[in-house]
Amino acid sequence: MDYRSPLSRARGLGSAGQGVHHWRMQRFSAVALVPLTLWFAFSLASLDGNGYTAFAEWLSRPWVPALASLFFAAAYYHAALGIQVVIEDYVSRESTRVALILFANLVLLLLAVSTIVSILVTALQGSNA
Amino acid sequence: MDRPISPHLTIYKPQVTSVMSVLHRASGLVSIAALLWISLLFIAAPYGEQRFEAVAGIVFSWPGKVLLAFLALSLFYHLCNGIRHLAWDTARGLTMPAIRSSAVWVLAAAVVLTLLVLIV
Repeated sequence: MDYRSPLSRARGLGSAGQGVHHWRMQRFSAVALVPLTLWFAFSLASLDGNGYTAFAEWLSRPWVPALASLFFAAAYYHAALGIQVVIEDYVSRESTRVALILFANLVLLLLAVSTIVSILVTALQGSNA
Repeated sequence: MDRPISPHLTIYKPQVTSVMSVLHRASGLVSIAALLWISLLFIAAPYGEQRFEAVAGIVFSWPGKVLLAFLALSLFYHLCNGIRHLAWDTARGLTMPAIRSSAVWVLAAAVVLTLLVLIV
């Protein structure tokens, strides 16, 4: 039984036991994004130029809101994990680094939630029209 | 402390491995920009037809389409090279000849996928 906190263990140069989590989640989201991105890009490209009606109709089809939401969730999560590594590599001052990662996460979370909620609203509007 | 920080790329001669790696990170960042750009379209939709068409008019305008083609190329490069990275994570394809040939496959697949997405 170890009563030390993960932080205290890490400071004592032991492992916090979370080192692999970021790496693993980056791979999991990457694997999910391979089919989701291909589906999303080709679906969206085939709609191009057909305007609001086609877009709303597409979003109110069965499975499309679910798959599109999954795509955006995985993509924003993968984006947050990726930008974190880039910030960690290039920003050496700890306070700036932590602040930037927090800021990036907040912006990406806000946009992810906004996009997914918008998908659901459009899907419901489309099916009522 | 003025310790040298990694990564410092400019002192190395460009090689297939390093250029593909730099491009992976760069294309990942461009793909984030693409994600935000496409999200605008979805966020505009609940505001109704008029506002959506205003945003879609910009996204799918003539210069917008040139931008989308570039974003697509960058995204598909990141996707294909990402698969290459996933294969490496299982310790496959790590010999120099395999690394060079998979690099060619990644570039070819990225170009083909971009052309396909432009014509559908």
